[in-house]
Amino acid sequence: MTMAIDILSWIMLTAGGIFVFIGGLGALRMPNLYTRMHAASLTDTIAAVLILGGIMLQAGTTLATIKLAAILLFLLLTSPTASNALASAAILSGLQPEEGPIKPREDDA
Amino acid sequence: MIILFGVFLLALLVITALAIVRSESLFAAVILTGIFSLLMAANFFLLDAADVALTEAAIGAGISTVLFLGALALTGEHERGIATNRLLALGVVSITTLLVIYATFDKPRLGDPDAPVQQHVGPWYLEKTAELIDIPNAVTAVLGSFRGYDTLGEVFVVFTAGIGVLFLLSARTGWRPEDIEGVHAPEQGLRHYLVPRVVGRMLIPFIFLFGLYVQFHGDYGPGGGFQAGAIVASSVILYALLEGEKRALEALPMRVLQWLVAGGALLYGAVGVAGMLLGGNFLDYSVLASDPIAGQHIGIILIELGVGITVTGVLLCVFHAFAARGKV
Repeated sequence: MTMAIDILSWIMLTAGGIFVFIGGLGALRMPNLYTRMHAASLTDTIAAVLILGGIMLQAGTTLATIKLAAILLFLLLTSPTASNALASAAILSGLQPEEGPIKPREDDA
Repeated sequence: MIILFGVFLLALLVITALAIVRSESLFAAVILTGIFSLLMAANFFLLDAADVALTEAAIGAGISTVLFLGALALTGEHERGIATNRLLALGVVSITTLLVIYATFDKPRLGDPDAPVQQHVGPWYLEKTAELIDIPNAVTAVLGSFRGYDTLGEVFVVFTAGIGVLFLLSARTGWRPEDIEGVHAPEQGLRHYLVPRVVGRMLIPFIFLFGLYVQFHGDYGPGGGFQAGAIVASSVILYALLEGEKRALEALPMRVLQWLVAGGALLYGAVGVAGMLLGGNFLDYSVLASDPIAGQHIGIILIELGVGITVTGVLLCVFHAFAARGKV
C-alpha cells in the first residue's frame, strides 16, 4: 500500500515537473502575449495540482496535508484570477489578439 | 542537496539583480524587485530562518511592490537617461566586489559550530528559552523578551519612517474620504472588473484571519507582529485596490490609522513601564504575573500586539499617502 502511494506520488511529482517545464518553454517560445499566457497558466493550474497533490500523498494524513490543501485552494482561486486580470489589462491597453495564421515573432527572424 | 538549491537560488538572485539594473522600464524593474524578494525569502527559508522568510515574503515581495507601483503611478514609467561616468561606477563596483569577496575568505563556513556567532550569547538564549520563557519558538523569545530593547528600537524606527512619509507626502491632499473624490481615476477601484473583485472579496476575510493567526501563533511557530502587521495591512490594501481608496478610507479612516501608528508603539512602551511600576526592570515581563513564566507570556503577547498594530498602521498610512495623492 505504501509502495503504491509512493509510486503514485512520484508519478504526480514528475508529471507536475514536466508541466512546469512545458509552461516555461511555452512562455519563452510562443509568438504573442495571449499564447504565452496560455502556456504559462499551465504552471499554476495543472502543474500546481499535480505537485501539491504529490506532496500531499507523501505527507499522509497529517496537519501538513490540510495546510497543503489550503495552499492549493488559494492557488486555484488566485492564479486564474491573476491571468484574467493580466489579459483584461492587455486588452484595455489596446493589444488585440491576432487572428488567422500566427506570424513569427520579430526577434526570431 | 541544500547546497544545490542554495547555488540555484543565488544564481537566480544575481540574474534578477542584473535584470533590474539593465531594465529601462521602471514597471518591469518593480516586478523584478518583487521576484528578487521572493527568491530572497526562499533563500532565508533554506537557511532555516522561517521568521525572516515570512517577513521578506510579506513585506518585500508583497507590500513594497504595491508601494513602488503606487509611486510609479505618480511619476513616469520609464527611466530617464542620466549622463554619468560609467567607467568610474564600474571601477567602484569592481573594487567593492573584490573587497567583499576577499573578506569572505575569513568568514567561517556556513553553520560552523565554532563560528564566533554560535559561541557568543546564542547558546545561552537557546538553553534558557525553555527554562525562563517556555515557548517553542526561540526566535520570538529572543526578539520579544531577551532582546526586547532592540525590538522596541525597531518599532520606533518603523514609527518614525511612517511619520516621515506622512510629513513628506500628505502636505497637499486632505485625508477625509470626500476630499479624494475626483482627485484621480482609481477612486472607483476595480469595480468594473468582475472576476478579481469577486475572488478578492472572497479572500480578504481569510487573509485577515491568517494575519491574526500569524500574530497570535508567533510563540509556537514562525510569525509575530512584523509579519502579521504586513499581512493584515495587505488585506486592507487589497480592499482598497478592489473597492477604491474612498471606500477603504471610509472603513478605516486616516484618524484611526494614525492612532494605530502611535498606539502600537505606546502599548509596547507601556508594557515596559508597567514592568517598572510592578518592581522589575524596564521591559522585564516576569513581574507582570505572579508566575514569572506566565508573566513572560503575557508580556510577549502584548508587545507583539503593539508591533503588529504599529506595522499595520504605518504600512496603511504609507499606502494611502501614495494612493490618495493626485498625479503631480
